[in-house]
Amino acid sequence: MRVRDLVDVTHGEISREIFVDGHIHRLELENLFPRAWLFVGHASQVPRPGDFFASWMGSDPVLLTRDDKGRPHVLLNSCRHRGMRVCRYDEGNTMQFTCPYHAWSYSIDGSLVSTPGDLHGVPQLKAAYSNKLRKENWGLVRCPKVRDYKGLVFATWDPEAPEFEDYVGDFHWWLDNLADAFDGTEAGTDVFRGVQKWRLKSNWKLVAENFLGDTYHGASTHASVEAVGIGPGGRGHRRHGEQQHEGGFSRGRLKTSFRLGHGASDNLRYELPYPEFAEQPMNEYFAAAWQTRKARLEKHGRPLGGRGPATMFPNMSFSAGFPRTILVAHPLSATETEVWRWYLVDKAAPGFVRDWLRHYYIRYAGPGGMTEQDDMENWDYATQASRGVVASRYPYNYQQGLGEELPSELDRAVHSHHAIAGEVNARAFYRRWSEFVDNLSWPELNKLAEVDERATRQGDGHGDRR
Amino acid sequence: MAIDADAAAAVRRLLLLAEVTDFLYREADLLDERRYEEWLGLLADDYQYSVPLRMNVRYGDVAEREQTRPGEEICWFDEGKETTELRVAQLATGQHWAEEPVSRVSHLVTNVRLESCEPPEVDVSCRFVVYRNRVTDESDFLVGRRKDRLRRAADGWRVCRRRLLLDQSVLLAKNLSVFV
Repeated sequence: MRVRDLVDVTHGEISREIFVDGHIHRLELENLFPRAWLFVGHASQVPRPGDFFASWMGSDPVLLTRDDKGRPHVLLNSCRHRGMRVCRYDEGNTMQFTCPYHAWSYSIDGSLVSTPGDLHGVPQLKAAYSNKLRKENWGLVRCPKVRDYKGLVFATWDPEAPEFEDYVGDFHWWLDNLADAFDGTEAGTDVFRGVQKWRLKSNWKLVAENFLGDTYHGASTHASVEAVGIGPGGRGHRRHGEQQHEGGFSRGRLKTSFRLGHGASDNLRYELPYPEFAEQPMNEYFAAAWQTRKARLEKHGRPLGGRGPATMFPNMSFSAGFPRTILVAHPLSATETEVWRWYLVDKAAPGFVRDWLRHYYIRYAGPGGMTEQDDMENWDYATQASRGVVASRYPYNYQQGLGEELPSELDRAVHSHHAIAGEVNARAFYRRWSEFVDNLSWPELNKLAEVDERATRQGDGHGDRR
Repeated sequence: MAIDADAAAAVRRLLLLAEVTDFLYREADLLDERRYEEWLGLLADDYQYSVPLRMNVRYGDVAEREQTRPGEEICWFDEGKETTELRVAQLATGQHWAEEPVSRVSHLVTNVRLESCEPPEVDVSCRFVVYRNRVTDESDFLVGRRKDRLRRAADGWRVCRRRLLLDQSVLLAKNLSVFV
């Protein structure tokens, strides 16, 4: 079976099987997640040597740690002897992980072993192994590639994977807006302590797709919050708090879709100023931040837009505005997902700004968030109602804006003027997804993404080509 | 005489406990009967509601790390009455899809204890079970402990502070769209 045959981006039809089938899910776990760059956690969660934060990469539990030299590491959280999860804590500080089962211990202090994560102590080493155990070969499995990008820590299991910058491409501008402070200070953000984690009975891709560029769902899905008004402007204002004179949500806005699979709901030239707040000190703070950022970025000829929502292929979604938050959709099975949410804040933000943002974030997003609650309902019951034998014969429709892609000044990317109702991003996401899941080699994957033929062929009315 | 005074104090305390318990039961009834506007009437204007996140930590780290801190860190909820009113308004739109069709909910309140009493306020500790069933097989058990500060007003009690500890680190329900 070729998964690519289930993803017909030329006609904008994608089989429901890829959202419910257990075998396809297994292929995703084998061929996609161990090769992609995945978001693991934020550097500010492990500030000191010995700090650790427990996370997941696809089907595998991992530990994000910091060694005595200050470098981050990502280690497989499974003992090399019998597989016990050596650490069942969510976070903490330690210089070694000792497995409860037989007490193999692994040091994260590079001064005790040659590499952090290496096997340090084995009970009865001499008696049990006649001193022949090569401890250096039995350390915790280490992620060969870890990248701290402005505090956002990514990793991949595949030593052959492209460097992080090549994997991300020009999509990095959105990551920059996520990680830089509201006034443009580079890497000027931290995460609030506390990661919201919750379980869904839905396929992880429905979650990733929602933030990738599905602005179409807002009007219906979030009708209740729009009616009530929970935005920065207070009651009666829109939930994202656009400046009222900006004419709503979409004037001048374009979607941005990358051949590499990443996508954003906006474009860099969609320069939406920070919102209007009901509180005057908030207005003053953000007006000043916007001016500072404008001056900073314009000095380098950088446009001011690009706040998302966006998804970095495959499963890290984020918004770099209001709210400013990262979501990872961890795949548990074809029909189960564990969602994690981090919330970012400027390191230098004064107390009243931190406080306001924190309240706004959790009122908006997460399981208690008035907006996100309704998303969960959709993802779960879309998954449930797609599992039926008859239902699964009928594909989903991805035809919005088909064949109307616009060229972009960004590398291997296109835009769509279907700013709200456009599915160009999803088509590119699933095309890239199918190339990974079909286990194409890196040379093949790289070759396919060498050019974005969508931009050179606009106007012929044939839509995306594989 | 001293014995009588002690007995009278004990009786007053029992009556207060009974009164407070009855108030908490009545509040649970209002929620389960979806009489949200009446329920809002039981919340003081300075009502503060927080539900911290719980974490898996070492025995020795419990005091420092086991819960997130309301007022400064991420919680499931950390809000005042104004936001709670917005939630009620959202339910009333008929388009809050997470609660359309409406869930069947039972709030069970138990282990009610008076922790302290400084008139007109009392601190009450209890355990709760919130059972939600919706559509067909979607069932959630939200269980934990709760600390309430209640204030006696002219026409009855008001909740002025509620801190709730949910016994889950990863929320096993897909959302928290019912009042816990």
